[in-house]
Amino acid sequence: MHAFANPARFLKLARPLTAWLGWGGGLLVALALLDGLVLAPRDYLQGESVRILYVHVPAAWLGMGGWAALAAASLMQLVWRHPLAAIAARAVAVPGAVFTAICLATGSLWGRPTWGTWWQWDGRMTSMLVLLFLYAGWIALAEAERERSGDGRLAAIFGLVGAVNLPVIHYSVLWWRSLHQGQSIGLTGTTIDPAMLWPLLGSALGFTLLFAAVVLMRMRALLARQKVEARLRRLAA
Amino acid sequence: MKRKNQRLALLLAAAAAVVAAVLLAMSALKDQAAYFYTPGDVARQGVPTGRAVRIGGMVQTGSIRRAADGVTIDFVVGDETPHTIPVRYRGIVPDLFKEKSGVVAEGRFEAGGRFVATEILAKHDENYRPPVLDANTGEHKSRSLK
Repeated sequence: MHAFANPARFLKLARPLTAWLGWGGGLLVALALLDGLVLAPRDYLQGESVRILYVHVPAAWLGMGGWAALAAASLMQLVWRHPLAAIAARAVAVPGAVFTAICLATGSLWGRPTWGTWWQWDGRMTSMLVLLFLYAGWIALAEAERERSGDGRLAAIFGLVGAVNLPVIHYSVLWWRSLHQGQSIGLTGTTIDPAMLWPLLGSALGFTLLFAAVVLMRMRALLARQKVEARLRRLAA
Repeated sequence: MKRKNQRLALLLAAAAAVVAAVLLAMSALKDQAAYFYTPGDVARQGVPTGRAVRIGGMVQTGSIRRAADGVTIDFVVGDETPHTIPVRYRGIVPDLFKEKSGVVAEGRFEAGGRFVATEILAKHDENYRPPVLDANTGEHKSRSLK
């Protein structure tokens, strides 16, 4: 990882990678959503509202995966003092928060026709809402720290501590009786029909590639801004 | 020890402490954070009458009775234990409310042991499949409610 400690070397790789990830992810998402929203069969119980699955599940995965990446970057920053780690964490936080919000919104839209309610305070929904609040708090803290020209160490500690919410979200439907159904995709198999599983996996992979492209774009933008600010300071001095 | 390893050890110790604290809190919450009581819980612990609670379970086969006024329904909720709860509800139930599928009811117990619901939610299980398969396999099988 320290091979990329030099921003110039990182940028040389990140520039072409952004395009590949972006176009590949966009194409995959388009195909998977065409399959999921139009071609895939409706559900025997839920009917057409099952199609929200193809956006809801990738959004949940990326909302949680985003915080996992943020925590990993925080660890890199605190222990190995990797120069790009703080930038990476800040680049991940905003798309992670957006996907968490998409997950909550689509879940609410699905819950109304299926369960008969927009929102209930069950374990899964509450812990996911907590994740959204953690993102909001983290972004505010990281921005505040940057404005006071700190090194982002407080935000990194927050990022690591916040990661304890991830297993809580995952196990919320197993530890506690919840309104949200249990998991459908486990290590040993799945209870989703193949005709629905493939578009779901395709859309999850596609959104993940898009997410990575957005993170690389944001990292490049943040690095450019850092450079501009440093130059301005030098001019002012 | 190098500085780097010192920081790593310190962080790992802190992380272990935080995880342990959260796990302790979660296991303490295990009973409080349950979203509903099952008929087995109600029989075991007893739930006070007149207090707003949620119960959940499977709607028993053949138990749904619609009253003559058209909006009142009676049904029986069961779980894997032999205990059941009779429920009465006045209002519109969600589309997925049916026999042999999961339900969560919010309301109060009456003195006679009947549960008067103010809100009915349908619980969906983790199975997703197209309607054609249903004809082949017959009734859908639902795992026991957690």
